[in-house]
Amino acid sequence: MSLDFDSARLNNSHLTAEHEEWRAQLRRFFDREVIPFADQWDEDGALPDELWPKAAAVGILGLGYPEEFGGVSEGIDIWHKNILNEELARIAVGGLSATLMVHGIGLPPVLNFASEAIKQEVAPPVLAGTKRISLAITEPGAGSDVAHLTTTARLDGDHYVVNGSKTYITGGMNANWFTTAVRTGGEGAGGVSALLIPADLEGVSRTALDKKQGWWCSDTATIYFDNVRVPAANLVGQENRGFSVIMTNFNAERLAMSASMEAFSRVCLEDAVNWGRERKTFGQRLADHQVIRHKIAEMKQRINSTQCYLNQICAEVQAGREYAGDIALLKVQSSQTMEFCAREAMQILGGMGYMRGNRVERIYREVRVNAIGGGSEEIMRDLAARQYGL
Amino acid sequence: MKILVAVKRVVDYNVKVRPKSDGSDVDLANVKMSINPFCEIAVEEAVRLAEKGLATEVVAVSVGPKQAQEQLRTALALGADRAVLVETDESLEPLAIAKCLKAVCDAESPDIILMGKQAIDGDNNQTGQMLSALLDCSQATFASELTLDGGKAVVIREVDGGLQTLELSLPAIVTSDLRLNEPRYASLPNIMKAKRKSLDVKTPDDLGVSIAPRVTLLGVELPAERQAGIKVDDVAMLVDKLKNEAKVIS
Repeated sequence: MSLDFDSARLNNSHLTAEHEEWRAQLRRFFDREVIPFADQWDEDGALPDELWPKAAAVGILGLGYPEEFGGVSEGIDIWHKNILNEELARIAVGGLSATLMVHGIGLPPVLNFASEAIKQEVAPPVLAGTKRISLAITEPGAGSDVAHLTTTARLDGDHYVVNGSKTYITGGMNANWFTTAVRTGGEGAGGVSALLIPADLEGVSRTALDKKQGWWCSDTATIYFDNVRVPAANLVGQENRGFSVIMTNFNAERLAMSASMEAFSRVCLEDAVNWGRERKTFGQRLADHQVIRHKIAEMKQRINSTQCYLNQICAEVQAGREYAGDIALLKVQSSQTMEFCAREAMQILGGMGYMRGNRVERIYREVRVNAIGGGSEEIMRDLAARQYGL
Repeated sequence: MKILVAVKRVVDYNVKVRPKSDGSDVDLANVKMSINPFCEIAVEEAVRLAEKGLATEVVAVSVGPKQAQEQLRTALALGADRAVLVETDESLEPLAIAKCLKAVCDAESPDIILMGKQAIDGDNNQTGQMLSALLDCSQATFASELTLDGGKAVVIREVDGGLQTLELSLPAIVTSDLRLNEPRYASLPNIMKAKRKSLDVKTPDDLGVSIAPRVTLLGVELPAERQAGIKVDDVAMLVDKLKNEAKVIS
């Protein structure tokens, strides 16, 4: 037994040779095309545009999407997606996967609920990596509280006139479209619709949110809509039914984040173990000190339980059973594991870990965005309590 | 034209190998295994020849344990048409592998046999040469460029003094060096398609080949740890140390 990134993964009986092949090819791709540059991209605060078509060619962007739009869906299951999220996490630049894969939250509402013409216009270039789509829900005055958002869309002939603003929009500076939550009706969840807004329409403007704790390479933005006239045909789903369009998105997003957080934790374990074996203090290896051995054992203990929980939920989802409450608590389990492992790995790495340019330091600054984004730990527990009928 | 390309399952190049605690061999338990990087280059070259219309079929062959099917699937995902595994759990020396490959070549009659110049586990750099002797056919090792020209293969190979160009009559064995090409990434659709390509399994017994080892491994140990260096005060001290301590000059 060993504690490197791969060995610390418990046996998963669902994985086949094709899954392992997918992992092997992804690893080759990331090892050569991404990992040597990723830290610099993060420091520079931007990703190169070529990354999108390159990722599309390998099958990363199209994973799980319908073949008619350029995706790969035949024989694809949730484990292929988990493997992608694990390998993305191994790069240890949180903003990279968040930005490269942001269509994972922006595109499904379009594919599930928009008109055929809209799907044909949007999905092929997004899956080919030539255009991008972001999801725009959160507002300066409403985050997790989707039912109370205030951006309005008023029907005027065959157009909606949109006014308001959205913030913390991942990929927002370079997106070609925004899948946007707007208020078309009265107060509460029953007045919310989803509308696809092209970023080049008159009245759309954006500013970069570039001073973030983490996700440095992500082009996060605030978007402003000032009397933007959007064709009514861009409605995603039915009018005033947008709340369920948005909510159906969240389970997949939280599962993907959980797979990624579990793998971030394993990167921390691997780097802590390697350093612990190398570094000598008080005449012995760090890894020979009981206090360090216990830290490492506890990291592994928490990673093990997160993996089991994740694999259990994924097997359920693969069988067609989704329990929002259990998925919400899985996200909490994962972010707490990541927080613990990032902390303990940093304690073990000491001053070396505190210096920029290593994976643990980068993961450490991505803890909070994972514990807050996609639904904060507090909201997740509250959601679970409601789902369990408490 | 048919191309046979040999691939070997080896410890992944990223893995830091350790000896077993009893020093009897390298510890391979739970270690990530991959296709040998030089073999991957050979597969890529074969696939490129097929894509240019110069080869009609690319057959990938491996000799090794059942799990070597994974590496053959990699070759299929990269573009090989079908695969053959000579399955055995015995430890294999270059001559045993060459004999198995010869038996497969006898059955397949390829025009070109592409393989890595060496595998990164044993670093033997012998199998291609031995296979050439067994088949009594031409060979070009350490290829950095391969072109086909009217029933002949022209190979540029990297030698100490520079580059050497060889013209080979077919059938021929070509072993790949690092700069022959840069292998592609198998895309997800091709990985899924590879599942449906044929993969035959044979045993050395089926082929009538004896793979009995001829070398006994006495032990494996880590290289001695490097000691910290010292700073010398002047040239005289440096010369003295080189002469009397390191004994590299006299």
